[in-house]
Amino acid sequence: MKEVYICRQEEMADGNVRILRVDGLEIGVIRHKSRFYAYRNLCLHQGGPACEGVRMPGVFDDVDEEGRFLGQKYDEDDVHIVCPWHGYEYHLSDGTNVCDPRLRLQKFEVSERGGNVYVSV
Amino acid sequence: MSIDMIDAATADFRDLATEGFDTGRHLAHATEQADARGYEDFLIVDIDSHHYENEASAEIAEFIENPIIRHEVKYQGISRKGITTGFGQYQELGGRITRYPLRKSEKVPPHPHRDITLMRRWMDAMGVDVACMFPTPLLNLGLAPRVDLEVELAFAYNRWLCETILQEEPRLKSMLYMPFNDPDACLKTVEQFGDKPGVIGFMVTSTRYRGVYDNVYARTYRALEERGLPIGFHTGLGGQEPGLSLCNRFLTLHALGFAWHNMLHLSNWVINGIPERFPKLKTLWIEAGLAWLPFLMQRLDNEYMMRPSDAPLLKQKPSDYIRQMYFTSQPMEMVDNKRALELTFDMINAETQLLYSSDYPHWDMDLPSTIYDLPFLSEQAKRNILGGNAQRVFNLEPVFSERKLRRRAEKAMRAAV
Repeated sequence: MKEVYICRQEEMADGNVRILRVDGLEIGVIRHKSRFYAYRNLCLHQGGPACEGVRMPGVFDDVDEEGRFLGQKYDEDDVHIVCPWHGYEYHLSDGTNVCDPRLRLQKFEVSERGGNVYVSV
Repeated sequence: MSIDMIDAATADFRDLATEGFDTGRHLAHATEQADARGYEDFLIVDIDSHHYENEASAEIAEFIENPIIRHEVKYQGISRKGITTGFGQYQELGGRITRYPLRKSEKVPPHPHRDITLMRRWMDAMGVDVACMFPTPLLNLGLAPRVDLEVELAFAYNRWLCETILQEEPRLKSMLYMPFNDPDACLKTVEQFGDKPGVIGFMVTSTRYRGVYDNVYARTYRALEERGLPIGFHTGLGGQEPGLSLCNRFLTLHALGFAWHNMLHLSNWVINGIPERFPKLKTLWIEAGLAWLPFLMQRLDNEYMMRPSDAPLLKQKPSDYIRQMYFTSQPMEMVDNKRALELTFDMINAETQLLYSSDYPHWDMDLPSTIYDLPFLSEQAKRNILGGNAQRVFNLEPVFSERKLRRRAEKAMRAAV
């Protein structure tokens, strides 16, 4: 196990991504709402750079109790990592694919100490 | 557990906040795939890729002979697109596919033409040596109610493509746009452009309302057959179809529309005996994926056996004719269906009839690895589909990318040592 220093906390603005290449692995470090996440930058679909796309809230169809469609809405509590090659979406929280939970981005542990951000590889 | 500390000075970092868009970087993983799989050892031909000719609208306008239409194209461009366009054309997924919004910011040198540079970049990244390029918004031109507009724009686009792009780069090819709403203009298109460098056939956009069996096309089909030039049908969304207009989501319209329009024309093509009337005319069906083919083969065979008087020119079953046609691979349906995919490959004689296509830069593009990594194909079958079949069908000179030639030379030097 290696621990890689990423940056000072304040060096990465909210919403930014840094791509780290270490020991042949590409890892995307994502800052979202002051939290840091780290996933392997490799989409389970065709191998795209999953972390280099946008993060967007999940979309849901709002359907009322009587089964009527009320419109599409964002679920702001469920942000997705979107692969820029084809749009495959993964939950930012745990890296599982939105359509098929058997697909999961490899997750790496992030720690913050003394204002520094580290990723364990 | 030991912990090694690596600081920022020794790690390899990229900060996306400050990085501009670059096709080569966008496709860096594709390059890794190409290197890992040794694509330098064989030719890869991509038979369906695209550029955005609407970004060169002003240039193409200068090739339009009719001054009124030239002015209109200069004023309005080739396409307005956008979410407010009818028929659900929001394929950019709201900015999720980043190459759509970022493409225009990509830096290129002043020469050669921007489209040549961008094509070379993605081709080199993926390991593609030769690419057949098609337009993007012009794929809907067959629906324009003004036939004169289709003819004028088709000739202008074809001239622009030949003179500005194809004759400048031997790795780029095209099946040129045929203005199918004007049969005489189709024949003129073949006669005028059939011998131009880089022209490897002619293309009919499938979203239109002319029957492919109409006698008015006989002279064009014969002209293509005599020249050994394939005809390709490039499918599309077709959301104007009354039934398809019920698709309120792009996903359903794309899934159905792209299959439907080629199903329609292929069925008419076979049942009207076009393959018997023009036996040497090579026929290619483009961008409809593959899953529709087993369905159609079974369906047409079943009905043909009960209604031979509807198709008296046929000397074989419909599926036998289909097996002699050619198909591009993308968008290949491959989620949880390996057995179905293998059966589909078997049913269409994929080893000799299937031609790899990426459809890059569109949202549902396929890399060469979608073919190369299929477990049920032999190495020879992979190479056939990725390039050998296209080389044979289009009589292509094998032009390898400089990157591949460099890698080959390096490999040879290593082997010699």
